[in-house]
Amino acid sequence: MSDVQDYGSNLSDAALSRKYETFSYLPALSTESTRAQIQYIVDKGWNPGIEHTEPENAISNYWYMWKLPLFGETDVDVILAELEACHKAHPDNHVRLLGFDNFAQSAGASMVIYRGVSV
Amino acid sequence: MAKQYDAGVKEYRDTYWTPDYSVKETDILACFKITPQDGVPREEVAAAVAAESSTGTWTTVWTDLLTDLDYYKGRCYAIEDVPGDDTCFYAFVAYPIDLFEEGSVVNILTSLVGNVFGFKALRALRLEDIRFPIAYVMTCNGPPQGIQQERDILNKYGRPLLGCTIKPKLGLSAKNYGRACYEGLRGGLDFTKDDENVNSQPFMRWRARFDFVMEAIHKAEAETGERKGHYLNVTAPTCDEMMKRAEYAKELGAPIIMHDYLTGGLTANTGLAQWCQDNGMLLHIHRAMHAVLDRNPHHGIHFRVLTKVLRLSGGDHLHSGTVVGKLEGDRDATLGWIDIMRESYIKEDRSRGIFFDQDWGSMPGVIPVASGGIHVWHMPALVSIFGDDSCLQFGGGTLGHPWGNAAGAAANRVAVEACVEARNMGVELEKEGKDILNKAAKHSPELKIAMETWKEIKFEFDTVDKIDVAHK
Repeated sequence: MSDVQDYGSNLSDAALSRKYETFSYLPALSTESTRAQIQYIVDKGWNPGIEHTEPENAISNYWYMWKLPLFGETDVDVILAELEACHKAHPDNHVRLLGFDNFAQSAGASMVIYRGVSV
Repeated sequence: MAKQYDAGVKEYRDTYWTPDYSVKETDILACFKITPQDGVPREEVAAAVAAESSTGTWTTVWTDLLTDLDYYKGRCYAIEDVPGDDTCFYAFVAYPIDLFEEGSVVNILTSLVGNVFGFKALRALRLEDIRFPIAYVMTCNGPPQGIQQERDILNKYGRPLLGCTIKPKLGLSAKNYGRACYEGLRGGLDFTKDDENVNSQPFMRWRARFDFVMEAIHKAEAETGERKGHYLNVTAPTCDEMMKRAEYAKELGAPIIMHDYLTGGLTANTGLAQWCQDNGMLLHIHRAMHAVLDRNPHHGIHFRVLTKVLRLSGGDHLHSGTVVGKLEGDRDATLGWIDIMRESYIKEDRSRGIFFDQDWGSMPGVIPVASGGIHVWHMPALVSIFGDDSCLQFGGGTLGHPWGNAAGAAANRVAVEACVEARNMGVELEKEGKDILNKAAKHSPELKIAMETWKEIKFEFDTVDKIDVAHK
């Protein structure tokens, strides 16, 4: 039994246990990876969109929209700057980036870039 | 002038072999692989297949002359060699749309495969593909929710979904079963699944299972902050019983139920799919018994036909095979039927076994479910083959983890996210798979142990049924 490691997830320890979908089981993305993920969204022809939420409300379908989706934006630095601006304005919130796919009418990508601390 | 009654047996090809026929947009088309009896000409057998799957019978009858047989008959319009196999040939048959009841895959199959497969003039017969005209597609219910709606309901984007069939297949009590579900879901899976033969047995009645599993789902959602589901199996001995279970699942707030569309039957399945659409329920479809029909390359019904039939009848998920796991599935053929499940328009492509252009119009797509003998080492190949709009299920590959289900689930979740991250960065998954997993394992002790546990296990047998290709 000593070789088995306990799985520590529980209701009381939100910071440890609450997740927020894609990539939330990995360590926070590196700068290089973040840029590459944004480039992937752009290369696919999707519209980037930024949203944020207090961590305790993360399960809701609708997070707060940061301004409007960056329709037609292909400059990775511009998108990164908007993400940072949203984070500075709401430093405790999760900030996520979506790639809106007009044809599937769904998000082709969705990932939390700035991780708030779940409570 | 009207025809005269000419009693007696006529050669089928006089009426049903029409090589000059121009296919109509509204025709239902079928491709059969026919293995004839020795000495019977191809046109005669092919015409017989066309006749016996539409209006004909073995002798002329006077009542033929009361109707416009020329309008209603199925007809064979083309015959082709099968590349690499001289024992059989392809016959293409066109059926006028008016032969079929709207919205009824039951009627389609009863006509096309109901009678003709036992015909003495042929040794074996396989239905390879069907082209459904958009006119017929639009009479059918289709998937209750579809891929896009499912993602929106679950709030899961940009990656394959993850599931796990609870094992052992049979024998657990409801509470123990719910425990297994809870552990898998809290560890990071999106779904857990009833095994297909879990219906309502003495060791675990359905209602008890539904109750305990819903508790597991609610707790796992609260704990992880993510949406979870479990495919509650409503396959039952009667349709009344099936609907009773579906209604109770809805009452409990379950997001998804499951049904076996072949053993449960297409009448039941189509009715259930319509109910799911009316009640906002997702429907996972299992394909028990398919290999009885689709595995023999000369006789039966190819799985791509079963896929089309399901999309029309209705289902949001369909098991599609894994290519790399423990159950049979040729890669090219699998890629072909995955497109048939998901895409709006699929072009003819013989290299993937697609015999006809198929237009689905706006009918939503079905998520292919890869399930059967897969584990973390398969993840890069699975993500590469199936793409994001898929559900990857690891039964033994979750529950067999040395640290238990939650750890097994976490290992799979870390692996799939690492593969998606790498793929988005442009890394070639099937080449660099090992490196991707090793890197991810540095931050996940669960993944590291999983990789050590399953390193040696592979399933390398040549497939029994492959795409027909020419001899070298």
